[in-house]
Amino acid sequence: MQTIFFILGGIALISGAMVVFQKHPLRSALWLIVNFFAVAGIYLLAHAEFIAAIQVIVYAGAIMVLFLFVIMLLNIRQPEETPPIPFIGQKLVGLVLAGFTGLILIYGITRSTLTAAKEMAPGLGNTESIAHSLFTDYLLPFEVTSVLLLVAIVGAVVLAKSKLK
Amino acid sequence: MVVPVNYFLALSVALFALGVVGVLIRRNALVIYMSIEMMLNSVNLAFIGFADYFKAVDGQMFVFFVLTVAAAEVAVGLALIVAIFRNRGTVYVDNLNILKW
Repeated sequence: MQTIFFILGGIALISGAMVVFQKHPLRSALWLIVNFFAVAGIYLLAHAEFIAAIQVIVYAGAIMVLFLFVIMLLNIRQPEETPPIPFIGQKLVGLVLAGFTGLILIYGITRSTLTAAKEMAPGLGNTESIAHSLFTDYLLPFEVTSVLLLVAIVGAVVLAKSKLK
Repeated sequence: MVVPVNYFLALSVALFALGVVGVLIRRNALVIYMSIEMMLNSVNLAFIGFADYFKAVDGQMFVFFVLTVAAAEVAVGLALIVAIFRNRGTVYVDNLNILKW
C-alpha cells in the first residue's frame, strides 16, 4: 500500500516538476495529464473511487482537452523569453518564495498529532455514500453548482466571441 | 498497511509548492494557468487524505465542488486568454502590462 503510494507520489512530483520546467506549453500540458493520473491513483488508495473516476474524466479528460485545444488554437511557436526580462532575479526569488511557502506548510504538518487512519468498515460503497450525501446534506450547493456551470458556459461563449460589443 | 495522513499532506504540500514555483517563474499565461490547476489538485489531495482519515464523506464532497468550480474556471479563463490573444497577439504576461502605472 505504502509502496504504491510512494511510486505514485514520485510520478506525481516528477511530472509536476516537468509541467513547471518544460519550455513548450504543449509538453507542460501533456505532463500535467500524467500528474492528474498519478493523483487519481492516490485517490484510489485513499478509498475515494468515485473522485478518482471524476478526476480522470473531468480533469485529465475534459479540462486538459480544453487546454490542448487552446494551445494548438493559439499556435504559440516561439520558445519562452524573447522580450527582455524586466526583472532579472525572478526565477531565484520565485524559487525562494515557493520554498518558503512549502516550509511553512511542512512546519504546520509536523506539529500535527495525526496518526494512521483506521481500516475502512466494509459494506457502505463509496459512490453510494457520496450520492446519499449529495442529495441530502449538500443538495443546495449541488444545485447552485449547476447555476455556476451555466454562468461559466455563458461567460465563455461571450468572451470567446470574435466581436465584443 | 494504511497510508498515514501525513504522507498525503506532505505530497500535497510538495505539489502545492511546485504550483507556486510555476506561477512565480513562468511567463506564459497558459503555463501559469496549468500551475494553478496543479495547486487546486494538491488541495484536493489534502481533502481526500483527511476524508480517508476521518472516515467521513464530507471531504470528498468538497473535492467534488472544487472540481466543478475548477471546470468552470478553466472554461472562463481559457476564453479570457483567447480574447487577450486576439486583442494583444501575445499570452506572455510581461507584455500584458496595460494595467501597470
